[in-house]
Amino acid sequence: MNTTFKAMAAAIALGLPALALTTGPAFADEMAEGKWGEYQVGDKRSGYTYAGPETRAMQDDEFQNPAMLWLDTGMSEWENAAGDAGKACADCHGDAEESMAGVATKYPVYSEETGKMMNLEQRINFCRTENMQAEPYKWESDELLGMTAYVKNQSKGMPVDVSIDGPAKEFWEKGKEFYETRRGQLDLACTHCHVDNAGNLIRAETLSQGQGNGFPLYRLKWQKVGSLHRRFRGCNNNIRAEKLPYGSDEYTNLELYVTWRGNGLPIETPAVRK
Amino acid sequence: MQRKTSAISAMVATAAVAGLALTAPAQAADLVDYKVVDDWTIPESLTGQPGDPVNGKVVAIDRKLGNCLSCHKMPIPEEQFHGETGPSLWGVGNRYEPEHLRLRIVDSKVINPETMMPAFYRVEGLHMVKDGFEDQPILTAQQVEDVVAYLMTLTEEEPQTN
Ligand code: HEC
Ligand code: HEC
Ligand code: HEC
Repeated sequence: MNTTFKAMAAAIALGLPALALTTGPAFADEMAEGKWGEYQVGDKRSGYTYAGPETRAMQDDEFQNPAMLWLDTGMSEWENAAGDAGKACADCHGDAEESMAGVATKYPVYSEETGKMMNLEQRINFCRTENMQAEPYKWESDELLGMTAYVKNQSKGMPVDVSIDGPAKEFWEKGKEFYETRRGQLDLACTHCHVDNAGNLIRAETLSQGQGNGFPLYRLKWQKVGSLHRRFRGCNNNIRAEKLPYGSDEYTNLELYVTWRGNGLPIETPAVRK
Repeated sequence: MQRKTSAISAMVATAAVAGLALTAPAQAADLVDYKVVDDWTIPESLTGQPGDPVNGKVVAIDRKLGNCLSCHKMPIPEEQFHGETGPSLWGVGNRYEPEHLRLRIVDSKVINPETMMPAFYRVEGLHMVKDGFEDQPILTAQQVEDVVAYLMTLTEEEPQTN
């Protein structure tokens, strides 16, 4: 895949001249950055850089990446007419490779129609209900995961670029507050694990920065593709905190904050994680 | 700091002193009263019973109870994967007395409000606790005593690896 090739090329490009300079902190920094290529931007590191080599290899190889099955579902749904309007996504949006390129880098966005934030799943379902007069896809259905992954995959390699200006600002603040608030019987905030301890082991798991750029992604533990909100529910549940509903305002605001933290990281969908 | 004594907790404390084991998971009202000295120790045993270090080790390992290994390295080689978000507990029995360890486990936040370590014997001040876990401390008073007794046996220092 194109992205892998670029990452490797970047590593080689930085690695070779660095071999000549064998000492000094500048060398170490350069290697540290060069090592992860586009998966690291400044201090921001994709979950990819904390994953084991087998997991990374599975993500990199289009034929091994199990999430490709869901992309296929998304691709065929794109052409499928549904609902009372008798339309398919393709009827209005044409070739997804063109019309959807770069779209996912902006999500969640503020929606004038609803007066709140809308993530990509919600935007897709908005088209289902408003433009197709069709039933919304169910959360965590193969169709919604597949379509979201398919649309987001059209931005693969492009930097995440969500805006928190204007009306989005107040929702970003709510998301930030959620992120920093202790919760659950174990009384932990997201920050304790994903800011203070990124890179450290928590039992058998290496904590990452908890970035959202690879979602929806295939998780080996789930044996399927899952959404970012599913991951939020898991992280809440593990500390014996209440899980909130998929697509809840709280999680969509949290998604805005989490995604904004990763501005600049490339979209990786569909990623693979343990 | 003296915790408020409810009639029920006093009764339970008396029952515990009388040697009756608390078998059911602790309920809010079960929290026994204890006294923190200088924000640094809880001098008195929560139950009046000596802790059982053998059970303390079981509690420390159990992922549904202490789960201490998720954050700490401990001299328990038979368990794989020790966490590293907290300090190693090798030799911790040399560094502290039981009264220090008791407060650490009951409510670490008295010592360090910012800490990641959960309070294992506190129910107030928590937020969005999952159904079925509200108003329950993570450990019972006797389990806290058992873990303290177990930690006091950890006198061996970590072998240098290199
Ligand atoms: C007790 C520690 C802990 C807390 C608290 C926690 N998480 Fe996680 N989280 C994990 C672990 C472990 C993983 C899997 C390894 C990794 O990617 O960090 C994970 C993974 C994630 C991922 C997936 C990252 C990827 O690249 O696949 C996201 C996103 C995430 N967490 C978000 C959150 C958010 C948001 C919160 C707060 C609501 C939170 N987490 C709270 C432990 C935690
Ligand atoms: C009847 C026409 C129609 C159909 C069918 C339709 N859409 Fe849309 N879609 C629109 C319109 C109109 C917009 C808003 C235009 C804009 O913002 O660029 C839009 C916007 C979008 C956006 C946001 C674009 C952006 O730049 O933010 C996405 C994503 C999207 N549609 C996905 C889909 C998917 C997936 C389907 C099929 C399940 C679908 N649409 C079906 C008309 C349609
Ligand atoms: C979620 C992570 C976490 C868990 C679970 C956890 N701890 Fe801790 N613990 C810490 C951290 C972090 C510290 C460092 C001190 C601080 O933050 O105040 C610490 C400190 C300690 C100390 C003081 C060590 C020293 O050398 O000063 C002891 C003793 C201790 N923990 C025992 C335990 C026991 C026993 C358990 C299980 C019942 C446990 N911890 C569970 C995170 C954890």
